[in-house]
Amino acid sequence: MLQKNEDNERQRAFTRRGLLLGGAQTLLLAGLAGRMYYLQVIESDRYKTLAEDNRINLRLLPPPRGRILDRFGLPLATNRQNFRVVLVREHAGDVEKVLMALSRLIELNEHDTKRVLREVSRKRGFVPVTVRENLTWDEVSRVEVNGPELPGVTIEMGQIRDYPYADSMAHVLGYVAAVAERDLTGDPLLELPGFRIGKNGIEQKYDLALRGNAGTSQIEVNAYGRVIRELNREEGKPGDELVLTVDGGLQTFVHQRLQGEKSASAVVMDIENGDVLALASVPSFDPNAFNIGLTYKQWNDLINDPLHPLTNKAIAGMYAPGSTFKMMVALAALKAGINPNQKVFCPGYMTLGRSRFHCWKRGGHGWVDMHEGIQHSCDVYFYDTSRKVGIDNIAAMANRFGLGEKVGIDLNGEKGGVIPTRDWKLANIGETWQGGETLVASIGQGFVLATPLQLATMAARIASGKQVTPRLTRGVRADAEPPEGEAAEAAVPDFAPLEVPPAHLKVIREAMDAVSNHPRGTAYRARIQEEGMELAGKTGTSQVRRITLAERAAGVTKNEQLPWRRRDHALFVSFAPVHKPRYCCAVVVEHGGGGSAVAAPIARDILLETQQRDPAGRRSLPIVAATQIVERG
Amino acid sequence: MAIDIFLSRRNPELTLRQKFWQLNWGMVLLLCLIAGVGFAMLYSAANGSMTPWASRQMIRFGLGLVLMFTVALIDIRFWFRYAYLIYFAAFALLVAVEVMGTIGMGAQRWIDLGFIRLQPSEMMKVALVLALARYFHGVASEDIGRPTYLILPIMLAVAPAGLVLKQPDLGTAGMLLLAAGAVFFAAGVRWWKFALVIVAGLGAIPIGWQFLHDYQKARVMTFLNPENDPLGAGYHSLQAMIAFGSGAVTGKGFMQGTQSHLNFLPEKQTDFIFTMLAEEFGLVGSLGLLGLYFLVLAYGLAISLRARNQFARVLALGLTTNLFLYVFINMAMVMGMFPVVGVPLPLVSYGGTVLLTVMIAMGLIMSCYIHRDIRISRRGTAEV
Repeated sequence: MLQKNEDNERQRAFTRRGLLLGGAQTLLLAGLAGRMYYLQVIESDRYKTLAEDNRINLRLLPPPRGRILDRFGLPLATNRQNFRVVLVREHAGDVEKVLMALSRLIELNEHDTKRVLREVSRKRGFVPVTVRENLTWDEVSRVEVNGPELPGVTIEMGQIRDYPYADSMAHVLGYVAAVAERDLTGDPLLELPGFRIGKNGIEQKYDLALRGNAGTSQIEVNAYGRVIRELNREEGKPGDELVLTVDGGLQTFVHQRLQGEKSASAVVMDIENGDVLALASVPSFDPNAFNIGLTYKQWNDLINDPLHPLTNKAIAGMYAPGSTFKMMVALAALKAGINPNQKVFCPGYMTLGRSRFHCWKRGGHGWVDMHEGIQHSCDVYFYDTSRKVGIDNIAAMANRFGLGEKVGIDLNGEKGGVIPTRDWKLANIGETWQGGETLVASIGQGFVLATPLQLATMAARIASGKQVTPRLTRGVRADAEPPEGEAAEAAVPDFAPLEVPPAHLKVIREAMDAVSNHPRGTAYRARIQEEGMELAGKTGTSQVRRITLAERAAGVTKNEQLPWRRRDHALFVSFAPVHKPRYCCAVVVEHGGGGSAVAAPIARDILLETQQRDPAGRRSLPIVAATQIVERG
Repeated sequence: MAIDIFLSRRNPELTLRQKFWQLNWGMVLLLCLIAGVGFAMLYSAANGSMTPWASRQMIRFGLGLVLMFTVALIDIRFWFRYAYLIYFAAFALLVAVEVMGTIGMGAQRWIDLGFIRLQPSEMMKVALVLALARYFHGVASEDIGRPTYLILPIMLAVAPAGLVLKQPDLGTAGMLLLAAGAVFFAAGVRWWKFALVIVAGLGAIPIGWQFLHDYQKARVMTFLNPENDPLGAGYHSLQAMIAFGSGAVTGKGFMQGTQSHLNFLPEKQTDFIFTMLAEEFGLVGSLGLLGLYFLVLAYGLAISLRARNQFARVLALGLTTNLFLYVFINMAMVMGMFPVVGVPLPLVSYGGTVLLTVMIAMGLIMSCYIHRDIRISRRGTAEV
């Protein structure tokens, strides 16, 4: 019984302690329950977000870049399918062996192989590595047929910009290339590998509109970054389809016509609405090379070429306009009240102070009035006239015709040229204006500089009497055909009149008519003989060197005998048809020699072709309002 | 038999058939429910597949049930008699792994018997409680107060704990000591002695820190500040908490857990399986499982208090505490309240030894219930 009592005592003690222990454990379990409540109720939103962040990755879907079309809808810049071979390590097994097998089917250089091996070792096993891009159809099919021997190798399809017109459109369109560090704006689209942006021309100017908006793809990834599935997909908006004013066929013609010259440029415009129908500059380059990626050598060859193939000389080449400037002097004189019939005697030179200013014709033209002055391009007539008018009046007239400042075409890199005045010289050279400089300027030499685009604009304004401004873009392609009867041509620009009396312009136009259609005109040999298509024009030959007294005494050296760099620039501005002008054209051939011999025949061919094609008379592609285009840069 | 006189009038000697009906069927049901939760989670962890985990766990649980019933039906006096022997056998195995154990997970913990990888440290959790129960059964209440009587049980606890710590397995060593401490407490060791040990233990932390492995130090540091190093050592802890918290009240649905199925969650079929449950079934699931464990623990405590001999009382309480420690440490660990020490969730986590150990422990607790009225003399064998 003693032991039983003792045992009862022990059991009571044990029960006490046991219950204490049980109580403590219950408290601790309650603590766990509290923690569960904290994590799963109070903090659950935070953890839910973290869990979603863990598993969901947002991937950008690059939008297809908008195409660029010519005025009739011919594609000038499109997207072509780009086939590339990619390799996934974890399916390939022995990567080197697979690459060996691949190199027997498609061309793989050592550089590619090394890069692939390096990338493969750096990236996770399931990340595809690009082996080669731009496969031909032939290569694609060879890889596909040999699929079983190429584990882990697949063909992927991407898009790459394609310029079917290659170098003949290069200066208008520009090109696209990989995004550089300084192009980054924070837009994640720009950071996508392989993304291209416009680097020049229309591609650069309207990059934002062409780019479109990126779509997004929500994908679920696991802890190792492997994609499990796509959760949600929002398609992006493809870039706008841009419709240019350019006529692709005409552009090709102009480009080819210029090809015969070493370095030349030409602009063809519609004088009614300022549509640039062709804008060419040679030598050119192939913009397709830029998206594939230029080699160091190719790039160096391009930028070190003395003929500057990358420069768009039609808008960025500044030349002394030579005699093509004489119309401005004549109009200034008319405005100053000088009678166009008043004759000036040309003995072949004019003396001012102690200097003698020569006419291009050694024996002189005799008595010439304004009409003849332009027709024969008599320098002395304009020396004399400019002295009466003064440089500032000439400059004011030139400015009115688009010279001396940018005309504002929608391309980057346009140059403004120079139309000097007294103030200009003081501000820029720091010297006062000399009387002789007015004479030099009156024949478009000296300080006067103009671009081919400005010269074309000048011709358009002379022909139309309106402040025509050139444009390259008509607008965004309309999704649907506009209803019948509504104007397919959206908003023909309503240009303000020039505020030059029509009678004055008539004098100039008649003189320009005589230049090419009068047997004694300077460009008679380059006239258009087709009935109703005759052109009116003005030649220009601008010196790039100074002719010394001694040389003049011994007889001026012929251009053909000079080294190319020192030969004269040949220029021609023109419009047609002469009695009902619609098209104008400016041609500049660098160091080409004489305007009448070299530039005028080119302009004739171009204007003849233009009139035969008659792009303004044909129905162009419907567009929506041009204001919707977003410009960049 | 070396068993003593039976003072009770109710004859505690039962036939096997009677014993069978005495089994705690409620407890068996609870264990099956918990194991069932485990099967479901293992099925989900394998992305809806019985292989490789769920089916094997089921087979093991079946074996475990058989083992549990066998252990429960064996007379408690048998366990009393062989308590020390079992302890020494487990201790010998523990020494054996130390000597010739295979390397697994960077720690020497297993003896590969071919069909099963024996983890002696798990066996020791049961063996230690058996030995201590036997020891405290023989000590009179007045002797408990004497320090000399505590030397042997402390040795019994510290020796295996030291070996396990050397493996190194911080979690198991801690569990052995805590379970021993609970047994000491229940056996009536004075409060102040515990206070002394706790103070001494706290003082020893800086010294003990020196002996920890770098990864153990990192785990403790990570526990103290998990978001400090989210992609390094803190990654597991943080991802576990994200999985847990994102389950919210009702969870993401069976097999819909993103953290677990996309492999953000580490060790989802073993130590972190509770997180997966919490992610897929939310607060409802996690509290539910906690409730099931609470019922099992309460059942164990009740059995302990109901027993009429000190051996059964201490044994049942010690083993119940053991189960509590598994549950508490695992849950606290996956919820970021405790360093990651590698303690599985009993009956739910995938793993053979732990499952069998827990089933044996439950069998012993049931044996304590079936043989609750059997009295054993204080000196056990010596009386007869």
